Amino acid sequence: MMNDKEIIASRIALELNDGDLVNLGIGIPTLVADYVPDNKHVTFQAENGIIGLGPLTDEDTNIVNAGGIKATIQKGGAFIDSITSFTFIRGGHIDVTVLGALEVDQEGSIASWIIPGKKVPGMGGAMDLVTGAKKVIIALKHTNNGQSKILKKCTLPLTAAHQANLIVTEMAVMKVEEDGLYLLEVHPDYTVDEVIKATDADLKIKNVERMKGI
Amino acid sequence: MKGFIKKDKFVSLLKDGMVVSVGGFLTNGTPEKLIDLVVESNVKDLTVICNDGGFEDKGVGKLIVNNQVKKLIASHVGTNPYVGKLMQEGKLEVELVPQGTLAERIRAFGAGLGGILTPTGIDTIVEIGKQIIELKGNKYLLELALGADMALIGGAVAADNGNLKYSQTMRNFNPVMATAAEIVVVEPFARVNEIDPEDVITPFPFVDYILVGDDDE
Repeated sequence: MMNDKEIIASRIALELNDGDLVNLGIGIPTLVADYVPDNKHVTFQAENGIIGLGPLTDEDTNIVNAGGIKATIQKGGAFIDSITSFTFIRGGHIDVTVLGALEVDQEGSIASWIIPGKKVPGMGGAMDLVTGAKKVIIALKHTNNGQSKILKKCTLPLTAAHQANLIVTEMAVMKVEEDGLYLLEVHPDYTVDEVIKATDADLKIKNVERMKGI
Repeated sequence: MKGFIKKDKFVSLLKDGMVVSVGGFLTNGTPEKLIDLVVESNVKDLTVICNDGGFEDKGVGKLIVNNQVKKLIASHVGTNPYVGKLMQEGKLEVELVPQGTLAERIRAFGAGLGGILTPTGIDTIVEIGKQIIELKGNKYLLELALGADMALIGGAVAADNGNLKYSQTMRNFNPVMATAAEIVVVEPFARVNEIDPEDVITPFPFVDYILVGDDDE
């Protein structure tokens, strides 16, 4: 049995295509790398300065990932400085970014970097990533203490407006379109009605499939 | 390059109220010895520019914990709880800047530009107080160039003439910060006689001083 995080990561891995350059955020997004099949060649970028990020390591190294954790670089990879890193990120050279969020809404707006008066960690590279990546996938738990994290409109300060393309939770896969948020897939443990009840956002429903990749 | 310096000379360059940029990413590539010397010097009211707030016992976090910093300009401060504490007490001003914007603002200063136009931060609280410029139907924020009185550079493999390359991911903000300060001081990660011209990342004219140990000649 997969736990919620594994379900989300495993489903998102299906969205990555052979040859893609991908930036994974901290937390659930990092797990996505574990579910990319061997026959699919995906290159991971880390905003601190790696093209071709490999798995974590316990060995003595000066290589860290964007979370500051010791990691490896793949054969054929490159170390880059922050300017080049954000040239990749902001300049539209990243095919997919997967990021966590505190809230996401039916217009594709994302809130992930500040809870005013409570927690002010900062945006790091997230604002540039969601602004510049060709495809933005938001990975998050569907609810927090029973409250939907998929909203009609974000209440927290935004990371960016209208940038999310796909939202993946342990319950469902939702796609942001011009005319609203479409419910595409539902995890077999839940019914469509249960997903609708757990979601604050208005969900558009046409053809709902069983969640793939799990 | 002006030359190699020992710690006493470095400390003599420090002044209250300085703007100091510090390389490194979550302290990977941060010049820890130089920071320790700034802590020992006890200079006050610093403005620190760094990717992040480091940790309470590592990186620029050490300067913050020692209450030497008046203002921190960074993209992320979540790894250093002391930053949040000082912010709440009103003892530390923090300017949070998107990471790519921070890098480009520093680059702009080093390159003699007044600022840059970026789409990052549009429709967020980052745009408050900034000029928005519309070009070909797209909105951009005008972000101003950001320079420092002194840059503290780490993670570098330093050649005797001051040419630098960097070890692994310790490169990050170091090369750009080396272009955008009045005084650039390097704490070498390793020393070599020379670096192949094809491999030099920071050419020697950007470098003012390289820190050496007190026992060095």
